[in-house]
Formats: sequence, structure tokens, C-alpha cells
Amino acid sequence: MSLAVGALPAAAPGRRDRRGALVLARRFARNRLALVGFVVFVVVVLLAILAPWIAPYPPAKADFTSYLQPPGPHHLLGTDELGRDVFSRIIFGARASLEAGLIAVGLGMSAGVPLGLAAGFYGGRLDDVLMRLTDAMLTFPQLVLALAVAAALGPGLGKAMIAIAVVLMPVFMRLMRAQVLSEREREYVDAARAMGAADRRIIWRHLLPNSAAPIVVQGSLNVAGAIITEATLSFLGLGTQPPTPSWGSMLNAAQQYLTQAPWLSIWPGIAIAVTVFAVNVAGDGIREIWDPRTR
Amino acid sequence: MARFIARRLLQMLPVLFFVTLIIFGLINLIPGDAARLFLGEEATPDAVAALRHELGLDQPLYVQYARWIGRMAHGDFGYSFKDHRPVLETLLQKLPITAELTAGALVIAWAVSIPAGVVAAWRQRTAVDYGASAVALGGLSIPNFWLGIMLIYLFAVHLRWLPASGFVPLSQGVGRNLRALLMPAFNLGIVLAAVVMRQLRSSMVEVMSADFVRTARAKGLGQTVVLVRHALRNAVIPVITVMGLQLGTLLGGAIITETIFAVPGLGQLAVNSIYSRDYPMLEGVVIASAVAILAVNLFVDIVYSLIDPRIKLAGSRS
Repeated sequence: MSLAVGALPAAAPGRRDRRGALVLARRFARNRLALVGFVVFVVVVLLAILAPWIAPYPPAKADFTSYLQPPGPHHLLGTDELGRDVFSRIIFGARASLEAGLIAVGLGMSAGVPLGLAAGFYGGRLDDVLMRLTDAMLTFPQLVLALAVAAALGPGLGKAMIAIAVVLMPVFMRLMRAQVLSEREREYVDAARAMGAADRRIIWRHLLPNSAAPIVVQGSLNVAGAIITEATLSFLGLGTQPPTPSWGSMLNAAQQYLTQAPWLSIWPGIAIAVTVFAVNVAGDGIREIWDPRTR
Repeated sequence: MARFIARRLLQMLPVLFFVTLIIFGLINLIPGDAARLFLGEEATPDAVAALRHELGLDQPLYVQYARWIGRMAHGDFGYSFKDHRPVLETLLQKLPITAELTAGALVIAWAVSIPAGVVAAWRQRTAVDYGASAVALGGLSIPNFWLGIMLIYLFAVHLRWLPASGFVPLSQGVGRNLRALLMPAFNLGIVLAAVVMRQLRSSMVEVMSADFVRTARAKGLGQTVVLVRHALRNAVIPVITVMGLQLGTLLGGAIITETIFAVPGLGQLAVNSIYSRDYPMLEGVVIASAVAILAVNLFVDIVYSLIDPRIKLAGSRS
């Protein structure tokens, strides 16, 4: 147990213990499923980055001589109603999903963490107001709130990301506040204060680094949800707009060809499910190495 | 008990205030003029100005907010931009359909998750446990709208067992109603089943290492009795909280499920009102879902205290 705690940047923040990081990495690797998830996620990221070189066809290139072709040697996963290559569109579609997942969570985190920190650190009125605000935001079903924000902002991938970030913000606020409340009472904060450290220094050098682990864990698990929400918004026509390929909007367009061309509905969904599953198991793995309770 | 409920209702007031503030803020974010949207593109500027005045849109925002709250307190949720009927009327008309769908989803979720969670905890760290957990995580990773499409493909297009979409009201026969509702309810219930199964498994694992379970075993009670009467009864308490909190997931899921299966409930109404820019209607659905969740949270707190006498009513959660 004492060894395990030593692996956390608990009592001595600041300089990172390189051996500690190695221990964490090794513990992560021992969880096979998490490792597989991580590898799959890296592959998806590489596909997204290298899409122009990997994809056999340009994603928006229509070919009216070969529309709704079933999967075959020329088109690995078939073609859609405009003769576009489904395989290429799925590879390019990874971009929208990953961007949405990572950027939306990043936005939600960078809005929620400072607010939660302020609420926990300063307390009082500010805390009351901010906490009732998060209560109110968490009252809405996530998808209803995301949909309402997206509807108010109008369609588009960037706006969908903002909508997802708005939904995630209160989650990070709550978590960060709880972290600050428990860390604030620890001896090392008292010690820092006794040595004359200013609020700013306590926040930046002590509270933030020591709260990083749970925030990162929460963030990694939220990436999965954000990818699904983006796909859902795009499926409803509120996210990524054509001609940019995204898995959600591909599934939207595929719906009317379900009988004729079921492959159009199958492959983008598998792409989403595999990516989200990979992120989920990798996130679970990260949580396990950091959360002593589940060890 | 009455004091507890009164206290919880009072605690809900500031939350309700922020809920209305968020919705009001969102309405005002929407580009374009409500009077223009209501009257349509052909309306004369004079008519638009007159309606603006009538709706109070020429007033400062805080006056608009106060009036808006006042109207809602009287049950006036405004009028649809599309058919100009009162929003509340349409909401009440759609509510039973979504309620039936949600109830069906709950039944399916319980039917799947309780046996699965109990067995996974009982056969902890075996292939059965890992299999069930993997399936649950898989269920959480599959986008619900895609699962719906695949269900339609399999059971309606391919096997032709069930209707692909649509809704048959109860008045046209219970059998036909249930047949139409089976796939949507399954689609909606399966997400919840995954969440509940994971929660139930972990709380069962915890309970099963408790002394009273060992005592029950030592007394020579059968496996089933120990599992169901002793372990499950105690493990189910945190699960109920999760179920309450998951109502939001169900209402959000209803949006997807109703859209895919063409079920004319509140979820489909929300999506259609976004497409037709019928903002008062969308606002109505959003408010209704927030109120429903607040009510259910209160209800869960009460049930919680009835099931588990150890929980003191006065204890406030924050």
C-alpha cells in the first residue's frame, strides 16, 4: 500500500518521479484489455492523421457510375448513394469523431476546472451560486441539454463541440471542487501557507498538480461519451455538416437505404463502437492504476 | 416525513431558478426574432412590431424573464410556432406515449440487468463474469441510435418479425401496441441495463464479503436464498439511486429511440421542433424533462429512506 501511494504525486508535488511513471505504465500494461484499447485508440488517431495518404479515394469524390455498390475488390466497404467510397469516408470520418471527443472534453475541462477550483478554494457565496448552477445543469438529461444548446447555436461541428463541452463542464466543476475541498485541509497546504505562500502559489503548485489524476481519469472516460454525443448530434443533422464525412452523418444518410444497401448503415456504426469501446477500456485501465480502491 | 419533503422542496427552489435561467438564456441565444418566426416570412413589419409589443419582446430582458416565469406559473407555456396550439396541450398529449416507452424500457432493463449482475457477482472472476462485464461495456460503447438501426435491419427488414417503426395506441389493441413497442423499449432499456448491471455487480461483490452473508452461509442456507434474500436485498439500495439518476439517460435516450422508431412521443417532438424551429415547443419539452427529473430525484430520496431505515431523513446530500 505504501508503495502504491508513493507512485502517486501525493505529498511532494512538483518534480515528477520518473520511476513512479514507469510503475504506472507497467501496471497499465498488465491490464491486457486496457492495453488493447489503448493500441486501438492510437491506431484510430494515426488513421485520422494519415487519412489523405491511407484512404484509397478522396472522401468527397462522387462517382455516379458506381453508386450503392456492395463491398468488393474495388471498394472495400462499398459505395454510398453518390458513389463515394465508404472505406475512405470512414477513415476521414475518424477526424470529426476524435476532434469532437478530444476538443469538447478539453473545452469542458478548461471551463469546469478553474470554476470548480474557485468554488472550492474561496467557498462562501461564490461556492453556493456555482454549485446551484451545476445542480441545475445536471438536472437536464445530458442529451437534452446538448441538443438544446446545439439547436440554439445552430448546426456545425464546432458548435456541437461547444454543446458537448457545456454538458461536461458541471461534471468537472464538481470533481475539481471536491478535490480542492479535501486537499485544502492537508498538512502540506498548511505548511505552504505557514511559509508565506500566496493563494496563487498554493493553487498552481499544490492544488492543481495534486488534483490532476482524478481529472485526467474523468476526462479520459468522458472522451468516449463525447464521441457518441457528437455522432448522435451529427446523426440528427446538428453536428458535422456535409460534405465533410463523419460517422454520425454517414449513418443519417444511410438510413433511407437500409433495405437496399445495409453496409452503409453497418460500417460507420462499427467504427464508432470500436473507437468508443477502445477509449472506454483504456479509460477504465487508467482509472484502475490511479484509484487505490479498485486495485 | 412531511418536514423532510418540505425541506427538499425548498432546496429545489434555487436549482429551479437556475434551470429556468439556463433555458431563458438559451432562448435568447437563438438568432432571429420570435415574433418574425411566429408570423412567418410574409408578415408586414407593422404586424411583427405589434406582436413584439404584445409578447413583451420590446421590454428589457429581466422584465421578459419575470413575465415568462409568471406565465409558466399559470400553466401557460406559450404557443407553438407551427400549429399555434398551446404547448402544454401538445406536451400532455405526447407524455403518455413516452411514459409507456420508458416504463417498458425499465422493465426490460431490470429483467436483463438483475440476473446478469447477480450471476456475474456470484461467479466472480470467472469467464461468466468477464463475459457479462464485457457485454455490458460493449453495450455502453455502441451508440444507441446505431443499435436501433441494426435492430430494425435484423428484426424488421431481414427476419420480418416486427414492424420497423410506428406506434399503435393502446386503444387499438394491447397486442398490437406491445408489438410496436417491443423494439423501441428494448433499444431504450439496453443502455440502462448495462449501467445497472455494472453497478449491481460491484455492489453485490461488496455485500457478499460482508459478515452477515458468511453467517447466512454458515447457517446452511441455500445458495439462492443467500444470494437473493440476503445479498441482493442489500446490494440493490445503491442501484436504486443509480436508476433514479439514470432517468435523464432514459429521457435523453427517448429522443434517439423515438426518432428512429417513429414513436410520436416527447423525444420525437423535441427533434421535430428543432427541425421546424418551433422554439416554444422545444422549450416546453426541455422544461418538462428537467421538472420530471427533479421530481424523480425527490421520489428516489423518499423511497431510499423507506427501503433503508439506516438512512436518516434529515441528512442532506450535497
